Amino acid sequence: MLSKEEVQHIAKLARINLTEEETGKFQEQLALILDYIEKLKEVDVSNVEPASHAVKVENVLRKDKAAENQENENKKLQDLAPKTKDGFLKVKQILK
Amino acid sequence: MKIEELTIKKINTGLLKKEFSAVEICKAYLTQIKKRDKEISAFLTVSEEMALSLAKKVDEQISEKKEISMISGIPAAIKDNILVEGLKCTASSKILENYTAPYDATVIKKLKNQGVVILGKTNMDEFAMGSSTENSAYFTTKNPHDLKRVPGGSSGGSAAAVAGNLCVFALGSDTGGSIRQPASFCGVVGLKPTYGAVSRYGLMAFASSLDQIGPLAKTVDDCQIVFEEISGKDKMDSTSLEIPKVESGNLEIGKLKLGVPKEYFVKGMDAKVEKIIKEAIKKYEEMGARVEEISLPNAEYALACYYIIAPAEASANLARYDGIKYGYSVADENENANLLDVYLKSRGGGFGDEVRRRIMLGTYTLSSGYYDAYYLRAQKVRTLIKNDFEKAFKSVDAILTPVSPTPAFKIGEKTKDPLTMYLSDIFTISINLAGLPAISLPAGKVDGLPVGLQIIGNYFEEEKIFKIGKILEKNA
Repeated sequence: MLSKEEVQHIAKLARINLTEEETGKFQEQLALILDYIEKLKEVDVSNVEPASHAVKVENVLRKDKAAENQENENKKLQDLAPKTKDGFLKVKQILK
Repeated sequence: MKIEELTIKKINTGLLKKEFSAVEICKAYLTQIKKRDKEISAFLTVSEEMALSLAKKVDEQISEKKEISMISGIPAAIKDNILVEGLKCTASSKILENYTAPYDATVIKKLKNQGVVILGKTNMDEFAMGSSTENSAYFTTKNPHDLKRVPGGSSGGSAAAVAGNLCVFALGSDTGGSIRQPASFCGVVGLKPTYGAVSRYGLMAFASSLDQIGPLAKTVDDCQIVFEEISGKDKMDSTSLEIPKVESGNLEIGKLKLGVPKEYFVKGMDAKVEKIIKEAIKKYEEMGARVEEISLPNAEYALACYYIIAPAEASANLARYDGIKYGYSVADENENANLLDVYLKSRGGGFGDEVRRRIMLGTYTLSSGYYDAYYLRAQKVRTLIKNDFEKAFKSVDAILTPVSPTPAFKIGEKTKDPLTMYLSDIFTISINLAGLPAISLPAGKVDGLPVGLQIIGNYFEEEKIFKIGKILEKNA
């Protein structure tokens, strides 16, 4: 069973704020789900290759070149951001 | 014109014979939405203006005697995780409450080019995580067959819109059953295409190795028409593939071999559902198909495998909703607030319970020390599940199973326990893990509630499962 501290730790890694009450609720629910997925331990997977994709896909390459006339697109995308300044997305100070 | 009887072909014929105009058809559906969607609640956004202007263009083409495609002027509804330029696109999440799509998804571009009339965006479980639309941050959609019941999910709005005659067809997305299960609950036809058959560009990513866009419609024929329009390789999605042309020719039912997996008829299934599915299988047999029992021994691990892989991929994909680039943002004006606070508060407050649960689950199974025990093991089990199907398809043309163990359940019945909700996708999930195509089509009713049959095909054999589906449709 996950501890409350573990749930808080996972939540912080996932960048999700939880209240005390939510921590308790998720602790119970995550434990149930983790318990269920333990079922996979029954399967013999020795000498089995992992499948990352359903259908075999190969790397697709292209030139790393900026498309033309992107100014309008850039503006549309920036207009969606909560905060911008001089054509940049604005974030809180990171370095002191 | 009876709106409940309209299909793509009927509208196309009517438009060409000038029995009605595309604008008239569009208005008929908009009126129907105004009348019935108050009780069904399938739509998050109705794009009346866009719809009428798209319909007008089709009428102009017709009056100029230009050739129009089969789907020109057909009113459609789009799941709210697929981008339509200029329309709000929320994925039923509070975190995208004010997000307007800056471009068209490839499937939308294709449909618009062919003159499809987009009526609006449909409700869903938040970020496609759920099986009932009860995880929408906005409201729950009702099943048109019984308003006290869920329409299924996550593409519940799309399925309810088709079943309620609010559109001719709809697009949904399917990661673990999200097209097929609501199609079954609402008594419509839904296709999850082969992985890679349809471009995912402009679909909000949930679990990228499992997600596929597909159509929901009243008939197999309509589903096929839409699928053919939206499929194909797209340079904007490097996992999309050109469908190899398989000439299946005429399907002779006498030569058809259908597999029925013994692991799919187990305890826990509603007895009446089981009876309907067995009767449908018997119909094929009576018409001359050979039905044989097959075994998918790893099927019982599919759900556990899925609940490692899908949340793991989701935890990475949903990292983009950070309160910086777009969407809901809690920017603390406090001088001492730092970037981490913005992340924690925006994501903590913007995501609903199920989404937070899955992001945390994925974060946990991918975290240092647990990766091998969970994620790597799940990927190996995925190989075994895939191998089971590959072996089965050496001896059969298609596999028949139920779509869901029960018909539509009551609103609120399963919201308390996430695991019970997950179990309603037990028959559909392994198909996504294997990447196969599968269709859900109405097979009968239990106490007035529709029950769907699932037909699973081999890779890229959509055409074959459409043909097999049409046989049952004709003999219903």
